[in-house]
Amino acid sequence: MVWETVIGLEIHAQLATRSKIFSGASTAFGAAPNTQACNVDLGMPGVLPVLNREAVRMAIRFSAAIDAELARRSVFARKNYFYPDLPKGYQISQLELPIVGPGEVQILLDDGETRAVGVTRAHLEEDAGKSLHEDFHGLTGVDLNRAGTPLLEIVSEPDMRSAREAVAYARKIHQIVQYIGICDGNMQEGSFRVDANVSVRHPGEELGTRAELKNINSFRFLERAINFEVERQIELLEAGGEVVQETRLYDADRDETRSMRSKEEANDYRYFPDPDLLPVELDEVFIAEVTADMPELPDARRSRFNQVYGLKPVDAATLTVSRPLADYFERVVEVSGDTRLAATWVMGELSGALNRDGLEITAASVTAEMLGGMLRRIADGTISGKLAKQVFEAMWQGGGSADEIIEARGLKQITNTGAIEKLVDEVIDANPRQVESFRQADEKKQAKMLGFFVGQVMKASRGKANPQQVNQLLRIKLV
Amino acid sequence: MHDKSIAQLASGLRAGEFSSVDLTQAFLDRIEQYDGALNSFITIAEQAALKSAEAADRRLRTGKATLLTGIPIAHKDIFCTDGVKTSCGSRMLDHFIAPYDATVVTRFDQAGAVMLGKTNMDEFAMGSSNETSYYGPVHNPWDQESVPGGSSGGSAAAVAARLCVAATGTDTGGSIRQPAALCGLTGLKPTYGRVSRYGMIAFASSLDQGGSLTRSAADAAAMLQVMAGFDPRDSTSAERPVPDYGAALEDEIAGLRIGLPKEYFGEGLDPAVARSVEQAIDEYRRLGAEVKKISLPNSALAIPTYYVVAPAECSSNLARFDGVRFGHRCDDPKDLEELYKRSRGEGFGAEVKRRILIGTYALSAGYYDAYYLKAQQIRKLISDDFRSAFEQVDVVMGPTAPGTAFGIGEKADDPVTMYLSDTYTIAVNLAGLPAVSIPVAPVGGKPVGLQIIGDYFQESRLLNMAHRYQQVTDWHLAMPEMQDLG
Repeated sequence: MVWETVIGLEIHAQLATRSKIFSGASTAFGAAPNTQACNVDLGMPGVLPVLNREAVRMAIRFSAAIDAELARRSVFARKNYFYPDLPKGYQISQLELPIVGPGEVQILLDDGETRAVGVTRAHLEEDAGKSLHEDFHGLTGVDLNRAGTPLLEIVSEPDMRSAREAVAYARKIHQIVQYIGICDGNMQEGSFRVDANVSVRHPGEELGTRAELKNINSFRFLERAINFEVERQIELLEAGGEVVQETRLYDADRDETRSMRSKEEANDYRYFPDPDLLPVELDEVFIAEVTADMPELPDARRSRFNQVYGLKPVDAATLTVSRPLADYFERVVEVSGDTRLAATWVMGELSGALNRDGLEITAASVTAEMLGGMLRRIADGTISGKLAKQVFEAMWQGGGSADEIIEARGLKQITNTGAIEKLVDEVIDANPRQVESFRQADEKKQAKMLGFFVGQVMKASRGKANPQQVNQLLRIKLV
Repeated sequence: MHDKSIAQLASGLRAGEFSSVDLTQAFLDRIEQYDGALNSFITIAEQAALKSAEAADRRLRTGKATLLTGIPIAHKDIFCTDGVKTSCGSRMLDHFIAPYDATVVTRFDQAGAVMLGKTNMDEFAMGSSNETSYYGPVHNPWDQESVPGGSSGGSAAAVAARLCVAATGTDTGGSIRQPAALCGLTGLKPTYGRVSRYGMIAFASSLDQGGSLTRSAADAAAMLQVMAGFDPRDSTSAERPVPDYGAALEDEIAGLRIGLPKEYFGEGLDPAVARSVEQAIDEYRRLGAEVKKISLPNSALAIPTYYVVAPAECSSNLARFDGVRFGHRCDDPKDLEELYKRSRGEGFGAEVKRRILIGTYALSAGYYDAYYLKAQQIRKLISDDFRSAFEQVDVVMGPTAPGTAFGIGEKADDPVTMYLSDTYTIAVNLAGLPAVSIPVAPVGGKPVGLQIIGDYFQESRLLNMAHRYQQVTDWHLAMPEMQDLG
């Protein structure tokens, strides 16, 4: 039997506003429990919500980024349920009239093809607090710092057909929200959370019953959770069983999903329009003002990198994966004046060093100006590419600019023909046997043997001799 | 001293005839003397009141005082007061001290008014007789066997008995106007959005509106001047200028058109109350107003609509009282579910539970369209009725309540009969309009109220109409004979 996987994602992007969506309390992460919860966040009797204009601006930017319909009028509704970390006994969200309507994003598949994934809607809502079950000896602690943090919930169409596609879509949204500066994208801190609705069916049939997977905090786990769930559902169906509609938690340690609550146990949320908030009405002037400074979006930037810099599509994609990386690259190009070198070094040594030290590009100790300055010294022949790796490492360790390091360590390339000639002569004198066999060899063999002499000269110069000059002189003198 | 108007007291304070401390002490003494029988206060803030009075006296000497500076008032116990218990008439909040002041409270503080205490009320403002209070029923000063009306019954009884000069109240379906009618007071419910709801514990957010209970329209104008205005903390408050409410009181009313909805004079109205209301309308004719019959065809739908909308909102608004962060928490719950069930089961009274259940049902999956959505549609029809009415007339008049104050316990076991006592007031909340109730000729020694409903933000006109009537009559000056039952 052939099975087809159907996946839709619900992504909660925490908006990067300074204050909460309905109160003036700070949204900063990591403060001591309950120190960033004001009377409104605590749901004190008598308090009222006031919408944070900045959150609305961010939703508008997202809408523009995915070319979605933007609702000129959207309505906040109350989603009612009891939970200790939900102070008011309801969450303020949007149901029937979300601020962002249908749109779509393009994802790049493994085979190099692109595919459109529909975004059904995106709506504004407040986050709940956190229940802490450890450290309280059988009791539960409640931290309401997160209560009222603005979220944009982005709901996709069930357009994805594999875990890989789901990851590509999630990465795409992750990339977009960071590009337009509305979310920091930090999955570990929960700023970007992905829930997956997964079902299987035989191609051409109606959609199967879905399970909603939660508690996924990395793209790797997203792929694994979906794959596990797909296998589980297929096994179940092939054994004559039925998939039940339920919420399942992904357990990364065991790499499995487990039932959390079934549809029967699910709450009736009794949504109704929140009478404390007016409908959000957007006029064209405000929308124009908010979208006036939209940055270049990832797809546009990738194609520009491809066309303007002549980068291969795969390299253009790599270099535009995040806005800070793309900005870094462009700055390196600007300073060094050499696109090819810039691409090679940013994707090579720089990325390697970042990975090794587990750093984000924004935390790199070698700035774009420093790297660009070093590449200029390669381009103008001051240092060889090989020595440049030493220089880069020294810069990474805080040794100063490339010029300072080259100067301090005397790494300047030897380009004086006389000095190189002297070294070449010394090597020829010191290796009479090798010289003899070189002279008797045919042209093909000679080309191979030349490397030995180049190596000896470079060694004698401690790497500083200009390799092209060494090559030329050896060819003249050996023949 | 206790029978003077705000204007008279303000001028006495300025003339040095008495100080705010004298005045405050005089009212505290009256509370001590009479409130044992009336039960109109839940909390008496004696020390804080005297301190504010001293501050008011200093301010009066600087010449920077307002009309309300040094005037002793009371707040309905639904307005949060930083440092003084705010119970909302419920066991749920019996020990609750809010960490902040309601905007209304702040505004009175800034004006220099002296808060004597917090007045009794129906639990969470759900009731029309003040019998649902956890703190026991309030007695009507005109007849202590009778209810004062509700839910602002404590404020009404306290002002009627001259235990404070004026009091704040809230009106979700008639909770200011009906007790004003039953206690012989001027009760003003402003336009929805005119007074901030921030810090006013929510019952039904789309209907709740703060206002005042006073002895005259002039006093009501002074109170509204302090309360009204945009509040950035309340998204539903109106961002529009506040007129000088005192300025229009004396305006000529000759030529103004009064509409009498035929639906407000039909079945269910006590004939004696009807006669009293008609006499008052005759008085308006003598003042030169034109009176014409109108129709508000959807009036009969107001109560059923209200009893879907208000409980629906309340079922959600009261969800925060869960025993987790504040308010009543049951002893030794064995798990979370029991914590919720017992805390709420013990903390809320029967009427509150009834409304939470009705509201939860009305919002449930499968019933939402039939109840909540339908109610919202009818609400629009009711507003449209008034819209058409105000194309023909300047104000709408009728009785505030179908009868006079009823006996304590008389309707307590029959919620539907109780709900009918708000039959003329509820539509005003559904439409969000302003209305005032003023005392007219009593029936059998008990006060009767005339309701005057205006178009949106026409509070000045309502107060003007009320004031002109009070200039040619003296029903509003009548004072109940108080027995010293302290």
